[in-house]
Amino acid sequence: MAAELHVELVAADRSVWSGEATLVVARLTTGDVGIMPGHQPLLGVLESGPVTIRTADGKTVAAAVHGGFLSFADDKLSVLAEIAELAGEIDVERAERALERAKAEADESAHRRADVRLRAVTSR
Amino acid sequence: MGAQLRVYKRRIRSVTATKKITRAMEMIAASRIIKAQRKVTASMPYATELTRAVTAVSAGASAEHPLTSEVAKPTRAAVLLLTSDRGLAGAFNSSAIKAAELLTDRLEKEGKEVDTYIVGRRGMAHYAFRERTVADSWTGFTDEPTYADAKAVAAPLIAAIEKETAEGGVDELHIVFTEFVSMMTQTPIDDRLLPLALEEVAEESGTKGDAKPLFEFEPSAEDVLDALLPRYVESRIYNALLQSAASKHAATRRAMKSATDNAGELINTLSRLANAARQAEITQEISEIVGGSSALADANAGSDK
Repeated sequence: MAAELHVELVAADRSVWSGEATLVVARLTTGDVGIMPGHQPLLGVLESGPVTIRTADGKTVAAAVHGGFLSFADDKLSVLAEIAELAGEIDVERAERALERAKAEADESAHRRADVRLRAVTSR
Repeated sequence: MGAQLRVYKRRIRSVTATKKITRAMEMIAASRIIKAQRKVTASMPYATELTRAVTAVSAGASAEHPLTSEVAKPTRAAVLLLTSDRGLAGAFNSSAIKAAELLTDRLEKEGKEVDTYIVGRRGMAHYAFRERTVADSWTGFTDEPTYADAKAVAAPLIAAIEKETAEGGVDELHIVFTEFVSMMTQTPIDDRLLPLALEEVAEESGTKGDAKPLFEFEPSAEDVLDALLPRYVESRIYNALLQSAASKHAATRRAMKSATDNAGELINTLSRLANAARQAEITQEISEIVGGSSALADANAGSDK
């Protein structure tokens, strides 16, 4: 059994991250799922949430994804998100401001987006 | 300076100014093509992965879905036409519109009602002038479309296809856009997005004939399809918007290049005419002087007698 799986994290307009990993944790609509090499072929609907990738060299990559899919087959995992940002790309201050604004305006989807961004940063 | 010569000089000046402008527009379009092409390339991974996923689900799941199942007797179709907001692009918009009209004719001959959706001010103007009804239209982003724009365009189309035909929904979804084949070639094409023709999808993703893994679906095959197919439509529309934008810039570049060339030729012709006019003026002046002096000489010779 291969000890690594190939991950492609793709947003609608660009490829965000790709590489080898040993474990990927993502949030599906039915709950969190952890995928390791040799997992059974899986196609799931992603919930807005952080995706954590444990890379082959032991580092952790976190990203915030909003809406999309995850498909896993033959030790290849594709995470397709309409919007995806790596934790390093997220502007924390902006996300916090967005969170405040969303709270003030009671905009639920904006609130969740900002919240997911912040969680992705902290889970790094 | 003679009147004729002055007119030529003035025209040369104005054509030179026009040439400068068209040359600048050519340069701008050229740089935008590259940008647009880069966006097309950047959107490719998502599109291919999505296509692969759609193939996997549709092949693996026997679920009947309004977006994949062909209706026995389709009665209404939606046509989405992609044009640009601005002209100065040669035949770009008119050939896209022509392709849409051909498709509309064909669908109507097949006995389907056609709802037209339009992106771009040019297409809207064309339909408004002919007082045809347009189901919905969008403007303002054709030069640099974003994914959010594609989502906005896709939303009513997906809603229409999910609705029952009797309540104003559509059975088929077609898209007409200009495919960016190369810098020199852009062809308007029409494409049926929905219902999905699975063989085509499989061919596109290059997975035809491969053994497909048996997927486990989370939460269920139907839910995955429900969520997946709208994304597929959005991604296809996004790709079409990007290609259309790249094609538009390429068409603008070509149109502006020939305008610049024509202006150069015109300047040459006009300079020749101006030179001839100047020469004629000089000749006339000389002959006037010669004529005048010989008349004087004649008069003097007469008075000497």
